[in-house]
Formats: sequence, C-alpha cells, structure tokens
Amino acid sequence: MMEKTPDTAGLAGPSVIPAPPSHLPHEIFGMGELPGRAGVSRRDFIKGVIASGAAVSGAAYLTGCVRPTSAMQGTVERLVSLNVNGQIRRVDVLPQETLAMTLRYKLGLTGTKLGCDRAECGACTVLIDGVAHYSCSTLTHRMRGKQVTTIEGLESPSGELHPVQQAMIDELGPQCGFCTPGQIMSGVALLNANPNPTREEARRAMSGNLCRCGAYDHYLNSIMRAARGGRGGA
Amino acid sequence: MADLLGKNFEPPDLRAKVTGRAKYAEDFRADGMLFCRLFLSPMPHGRVRSMDATEALRMQGVVAVLTADDVPSIPAPGNPILTNEPHYVGEPILAVAAVDETTAQDAIAKIKVDLEPLPFTVDPLESLRPGGPNARTDGNTVIPREGVQEIKWTEEDFAAAEDGALPMGKPTTEWSYGDIEAGFANATLVLDESFVTAGHSHHSMEPRSAMSYWQNGKCYVYGSTQSQTQIIGGLARYIGIEPQDLVYVAEFCGGGFGSKGGAYPIMSIPAHMAKKTGRPVMMRISRAEEYFLGSARPGFQGRIKLGFRSDGRITAADLYIVQENGPNSGFSDFTSAAGAVSIVYTPLAMRFRGIRVLTNTPPRGAQRGPGQNQIAAAVEPIIDKAARQLGLDQVAIRRINAPDNNSRYGGNQGPITSAYMREALDKGARKFDWETKKAQSGQRRGSKVIGIGVGQAFHSAGSSGFDGLVRIAPDGKLHIHTGVGNLGTYSYGATSRVAAEVLKCRWENCEIVRGDSSRHLPWNLGQFGSNTSFTMTRTNYAAAMDAVRKLKEIAARDLGGSPDDYDIANERVFARANPSRYLTYAAAARRAIQLGGRFSGHDLPDDLNGMTRASASALAGTGLIGVAKDNLERRGTVPALAAGFIQIELDLETGMIDILDYLGVADCGTVLHPQSLANQIKGGAVMGFGMACLERHIYDPHYGLPGVVGLHEAKPPSYLDTPVNMQWDAVNKADPQNPVGAKGIGEPLQGCAAAALLCAISDALGGHYFNRTPVVCDMIINAVAGKAQSHKPLQVNTA
Repeated sequence: MMEKTPDTAGLAGPSVIPAPPSHLPHEIFGMGELPGRAGVSRRDFIKGVIASGAAVSGAAYLTGCVRPTSAMQGTVERLVSLNVNGQIRRVDVLPQETLAMTLRYKLGLTGTKLGCDRAECGACTVLIDGVAHYSCSTLTHRMRGKQVTTIEGLESPSGELHPVQQAMIDELGPQCGFCTPGQIMSGVALLNANPNPTREEARRAMSGNLCRCGAYDHYLNSIMRAARGGRGGA
Repeated sequence: MADLLGKNFEPPDLRAKVTGRAKYAEDFRADGMLFCRLFLSPMPHGRVRSMDATEALRMQGVVAVLTADDVPSIPAPGNPILTNEPHYVGEPILAVAAVDETTAQDAIAKIKVDLEPLPFTVDPLESLRPGGPNARTDGNTVIPREGVQEIKWTEEDFAAAEDGALPMGKPTTEWSYGDIEAGFANATLVLDESFVTAGHSHHSMEPRSAMSYWQNGKCYVYGSTQSQTQIIGGLARYIGIEPQDLVYVAEFCGGGFGSKGGAYPIMSIPAHMAKKTGRPVMMRISRAEEYFLGSARPGFQGRIKLGFRSDGRITAADLYIVQENGPNSGFSDFTSAAGAVSIVYTPLAMRFRGIRVLTNTPPRGAQRGPGQNQIAAAVEPIIDKAARQLGLDQVAIRRINAPDNNSRYGGNQGPITSAYMREALDKGARKFDWETKKAQSGQRRGSKVIGIGVGQAFHSAGSSGFDGLVRIAPDGKLHIHTGVGNLGTYSYGATSRVAAEVLKCRWENCEIVRGDSSRHLPWNLGQFGSNTSFTMTRTNYAAAMDAVRKLKEIAARDLGGSPDDYDIANERVFARANPSRYLTYAAAARRAIQLGGRFSGHDLPDDLNGMTRASASALAGTGLIGVAKDNLERRGTVPALAAGFIQIELDLETGMIDILDYLGVADCGTVLHPQSLANQIKGGAVMGFGMACLERHIYDPHYGLPGVVGLHEAKPPSYLDTPVNMQWDAVNKADPQNPVGAKGIGEPLQGCAAAALLCAISDALGGHYFNRTPVVCDMIINAVAGKAQSHKPLQVNTA
C-alpha cells in the first residue's frame, strides 16, 4: 500500500523552515515583479467558473508560510503512521507539510491554532514526546516514532480535565481563548519537566506563548494553581 | 434576588476554550470548499492600468478570479472590498479561488497587474506642507459628511512654530468652552508641549479569516468579529443582500480590540467568491496580511498648552492634534482624545483644534481607547512635569483636577452619569502604598534606578435604547438571548446574569442563546466602546422585567386578584398573601403559550427593532416571551475611569525596564464579575505596557514600504514584558443610571497603565520627558547619555 519513496528526513533542511519575513514585495505579495507590459483587458480574464471537481483535503491548505518552490511542486503525499493523543493515525502527508497542518486539516484536531504560522506566537504549541514544540514549524514527516499530544489529548478517557485545564477554568485564565490551547500545552510541558516551579520559572517557561489580550497574570495563576494540585492561594 | 451579581461564575464558553473545542472561523469546514488568496498592492498608491489572469486561469485547480468590478463599490473614502486604486501597501486588488491554497497562491504569482505608481505620503506634516503629496488623488483630509478635501497649511504656519514645536495651521474640527486666555493669564505655570504618539497595529491573535457558502437562497458566513447582531447590516451590504438573507456565525472571536467591532469589507470576499463559483470558500488571512488588513491605531502629532494654579488645578487647556488617518475614513480618535482631556482634568477652560491627515498606511480603526489612550500616554507625563515644577505630589495634582458626579464632558460640557476618579486615586494610593514607594524613587542598585508613576484614562462606556429578549420555556428553563457578541471578556455572560437575577432564577437553570444569527437574537449594540456592561445590563433588565410583569399577570388571571398581589421567588410566581397559591415558571410558560398574544410573543411592542421583532416572532408560541426595548432613563455620557500605579527598575546602561509592581483601579460602577474584571484590568495594563514602550508602525519614507509585518517586529508584550505579579481593585460605587449600577471599563485600563509606565520612566530619569510613545530602549540610552535622539521631534513612523 505504501509506495516506496525516498527518505524524506532530508526535507527538514532550511528550505522548508519558515524564514523570517522579508519586506521584499515578492515575499509578501506572492509576485515576482511588477509586469511592465499591458496585458489583456480585465474583462477578458474574468471567465467565471472553471470546475475542477477535486474534493477538499488537508493538502488544500498551504503547508507552512513558505510558498513551495517549483522543485516541490508535483511531490506526492506519502502515507505515514502518527501517534497522536495515544492513537495511531495513518495519514497521507506531503513532504513539506507541517504538523499544525496535518493536525488541523487532515486529522480534524482544530484545537491547535495557527496565529502566525511562523514560530512567533506559540498558539500552535503541542507536545512531542512530552516537550513543547511549535507545530507550525515542525515537519510531520519527522514525527514518525514520536508521540504527539494536542489539547484534545489532555482530558482523561472519562472526560476529566487535565489539572492545567481545570486550573484555567478556576482562575479564569483565558480571555478570547485563541492562544489558550498553546498556553495550556506549554504549561503542561513545564509541569512535566518541573512539577513545582516558582512563578518566575513559570513566567520564563511560558514566554514562548503570546497573548494579545494580555492574560498572562491569569495564565500564570492557573499554572501555579495546577502545580499546587488545584488549590487556590498564593 | 438570586444574588448572582458581583459573584464569580464559570462562563458557558470557557470549557470549550480550554479543551480546544471552541470553533473559530478558520475551524469550520464545508464539502467542496475552495480556498481563496489575495493579490495585494506592492506599492503605497497606484492605479491599475491593466490586468492579465489568463495564465493563472489556465492552471489546473484554479477556479475563479474576483476583482473590484465583481463586488459592491464602497463610497470613498470608506474601506473598499477590492480596489483598482490601492492606497497602501498590502491593499487587496483581486482574489483567486482554487482547489487548494498553494494553487491559489501560485496563481496569484502568475497574474500580471500593471500598476501606475501615484504620489504617496507616510507623513501628515509633509502632506500639509504647500505642494506636499496627497494620499488620495482628490485630497489629504477627510471631513465627516463632506468627504475627502485638500487642506494645505501655509509656509507662515510652518515658520511660526519654533523648532520642534507643532505648527498649527487650519484645523477641520474646533471647539472650546470657557475663557482660555483668562485661564492662562491666571495660571502660575504654563507648559506648552508638542508630542508624538505612534500608530500601531491591533494584531489580534486570530487573523481575520472567514468562510462562506450559499444555501437555499441564504448566504452563510463564519467570521471573526467582536459583535454579533451589529455585524448583520454592514456585512449584508458588503455582500449585496438583504440582512434577512444572511446567516452569520461568530460564536468565538480570537481578539479584536476594536478591529472587529463592526463588519469589515474583507470578510465579504469568501461570500462573493462562493457565489461566483457555486462552492464554499475559505479565506485564511496570514499574519503578515493582518498587518495590512487588520486595522491600526492612528498616531498623533500633537501640542498641548496647559495652565496650572500653584495648587495644581488646571485653569486652561489648549489642545491641537494632527491625526495620521491612514488613507480612508479612519476613526475619530482625535476628537475622543479632546473629550478625554476635558473629563480627566476638568480644565476650567479648554479649546480643541484638530485635523485628520490621510497617509498611505493601513486603514485606521478604533483600537482599545481610541484617542483617549493616546492622549493619556501623551499628557500624563506632562502633568508630572508640572507637578515637579510646582513641587506637588503626582497623585495630589491628579486628585485636584479629577472629575466627580457634577463634572461635564467635552466641548458641549454635557452631563455625565457618575465619576469616582478621586476615589480610584485614593484607593489605589493606599493599596499601592504610594508614599512608601515614592520614597524609593531614584534609589540606585548598580546601573538600575527605581521610578514610580501614576496614570489615568477615560472612555465613554455605555449606551441605551437596544432590545432585550428572554424566553421561559415550558420546562421552566430561562433562555437569555443575547446579540451582543463575544470578544473574550465574558461580559456577554455577566450581563446576561442580570436577567436571571431579576427573574430570581438559578443560574444552572439558564441558557444563554448567542453566536449564530439563526438562533433568534435581539438587536443589540456590539462589543465595542466598553459599552457592554452598561448597555446590556439595561436590555436584559428590561426584558426580564417584562417577563416578571407577564408572570404576575398570568398568575392573577389564573389564581385571582391583581398582578400587584403577586411576587416571584424560586422560579415561581406566588400570591404575597398566601405563598401556597403559585404557578411554577414552567406552568406559567405553558399558560403563556395557551393565552397567546403578548404573553407568547405573538403580539410585540411597537418600539422594537425589526431584527428583534423577527427573532421574537420566530420564538412566538414556544414559551413566555419577555421582550422590551431599553427605555430606561439615561442623561449624559457614561464615564469609565481608571487609574494605574506602577513601580519600575530602569537599567541606565541598557535602557531595559523591569516592572516591579503594578496596580490598576477601575471606576466601573458596581462590579458584576470580579474575575473577569481582574483579567481586564491586568490584560489592559499589558497592552498599555506595549503601547508605552514597544509597539509602533515603521514606514520607509522613500518607498512607503512597511517595516512591521510580523509579531517579532510589532512587539506585542510577552510574559517577560509583564510583571511577575499584578494587582487590581475597583471603586465599586453604583452608577445611578444603570439598574444594577454597572458601567463599562475595558478601554481606559490600557491607557492608565501606558501613562503610568511612561511617567515612571521619566521619574526614574529624574524628570526627563520624552513627549513620545513608544519610549524604546535606545531613546532611554540616548537620554541618559545626553545625546540627541535619532528621530526629529515631530517625526512619525520612525525606526
């Protein structure tokens, strides 16, 4: 069933890691240069619908913020087995596909958010073998043999919330909630590594997750409460 | 009473946020969904001479191209949907739909657009100079109801301003009250200060993605907006349909801060593309695009002359603001700023003059405390400068000028509902231990020095005249319909609890109905302008009181006597004289259905908005319907006031600031929901720290290209820019014109913190005032070294 393909590990090279944004128009606007000649009239090209019939799949989204180069085009999806939230998920993955894209658009795990898609904000944070990672900047093909945990994987099978989730409710951690899954995953990773952090340690550990609402103090209160086993107080 | 107000509760949308189940616009899917990408202007001002998409349309998987000719034209200078004359770098010219996003983006690269470059400007004063460039072909300023105009100041206007001072030519707006000349003549101290506040982006964490499809004649849009029913009219106009043909879903919004308060043009593109292709269309907006399309706070180049008595009382204020407006209609920040000066300092006489100047930078819109927060950041350090020269305490000089219930607002000197700024200052000074911390000011620890500051801010925070809608279902459950929206403050929930409180319902027996226009929502104001707490408590109160009246009438009909003989408790309506004579809410709801008419929602009050009427009619016959327009009395502006207290440690060698302590104090009337108020006070302060020291637009004056198109460049505050601990408090005095005493508060919580931090920096530097936001590290280092700054005093959009 799996076609034989070359090892894609080499694709994790710099060419597919989101680069810092350039201010050159062709990077921002997706155009090489301004055409100097007059083309056909505007009316001519508006030709209405060209039906294609292709169904929506996860591959329909841009995989990461870098436009694939011509060398990438025509590359095929390759079936891989991923361990996500303790389940083996078999999924077709493009060579340049990021973990955030696979999770959100192929596995339906939309709790992982994309705030920037270039490793600036942390909204896409997931755990890989228990360690927090930006899934927007992680290649899915690199996840073979690793355990991925998303926000959807924190609840117990009986529906009990993870202590960090419960503390987020008790302390009213979130405001708008968009960065919350990433904040929670970073908090879980912190407590995995350091079950009893100081507030200062927690602040530093969480500093890769932006929150424009500025709910940092409430998020820290939540992490510290979870570290105390759910108890309120200092 | 059910005793719900002033208590913490778990907002019904919170669990979904912490489990990842909350669906934001980009989380929705539809079968056969296409993907849409935008072709953005690479230049700050140009005109499309021709386009050629032949090659793009030949690509496999490309389905359609949408241009400005395919979408409704928005009258200039409104923000267009698509345009053939882009006025800023990043303005959408056309959109491409394809079976996948990569193909759509590749197709964009193959479209040839011939753009004729046109004159542009990124500097208001440059545009005001004789012969200076205009941002639009027809002018450089916009006047409400008159449109785009050209105004140039004279060489004499510019020559009259001394070095570094703002020239003050012809304004477009002007008001005054009192005798300012006499005020200055009677002053012990007169300060005349020019200042700059930088424009900066909103950068909400959720980009403004949208998805749309058409089904059975209706257009479905899943969008990212702070508001719900306020979106309908505007978005329907952008799509070109009747409001009743739009189904709008916005259950969650990943941050807006003003930029998603109303419908915005770009969110209609998926709907247009879906109509054109006959398929659902998703348009994901990228982080970089958010810096073009995502709105921004306008910057100010301003000048204020203030007269002070020896006790610090402000005798006269003369304010001039040049507002960098972006290329389109923008927002009224500069007039709001003047209003804020009139109420925060209650000057005995005041004049305001101002002008908006168009620039080829992103369209501007309201951002948290639009105008009020810029002016707080600009003027509060000048108040400190006066205090220093007059030998007064920073709290004392604010206290003597602070508004109370008799203070007046704005050029019209209209009344206000309540103001407890003095109480906020007093409470804050006590809790912060101001005197002790003040004694530490200037203390050195190696290269670090302690500074303290207090800041104040204001926002008009309440409205009236909207509709409330509740339903008691035949099972006795109270359904509270709210059309206000969900911007993330939980105020939709806290204000809905007023209906439960009035009806003495257990909160567990209530359901908030919201988030989707097909769920029969009333006409409400949106979640902007810090108005929700004041406005929505009134509408929910009005609807619940209507339900109480109907419950009593039904009981009187069935059990005898008059409605006044009845009272409510424990979800029953009972005879006061004999509590064993009662109807449960469930029984009363079933009777309401039988009785019909106004009880069941079949007959409705005449003064309801059409949207409320349609929603109530759809619910008619399903229970006891409580529905009413908020006709409660309101006279005057509703002031939200806030004071911030801060202590910092400033490193004189690096310019780095460490915030040691922060306390925010709110005058928001009666506190509805302590936990969410705490989150607002602290979160607002974090945004204020960014405004004070981090965030700014940067534009290359030669090419008009943006220097800030990413979070790492725009620098919204992170955990590490925030103190380890933050404190909050509230005056908690009821506003007399709200049935539960509540006022809004969200916006000034940012301004007071920005102002306090700027004051503390100047305090740590022994009285060096920058007259500019943000104050970044290199400015501090230059100031310490006695070196000139790298920018000229009035320069804007600088690196």
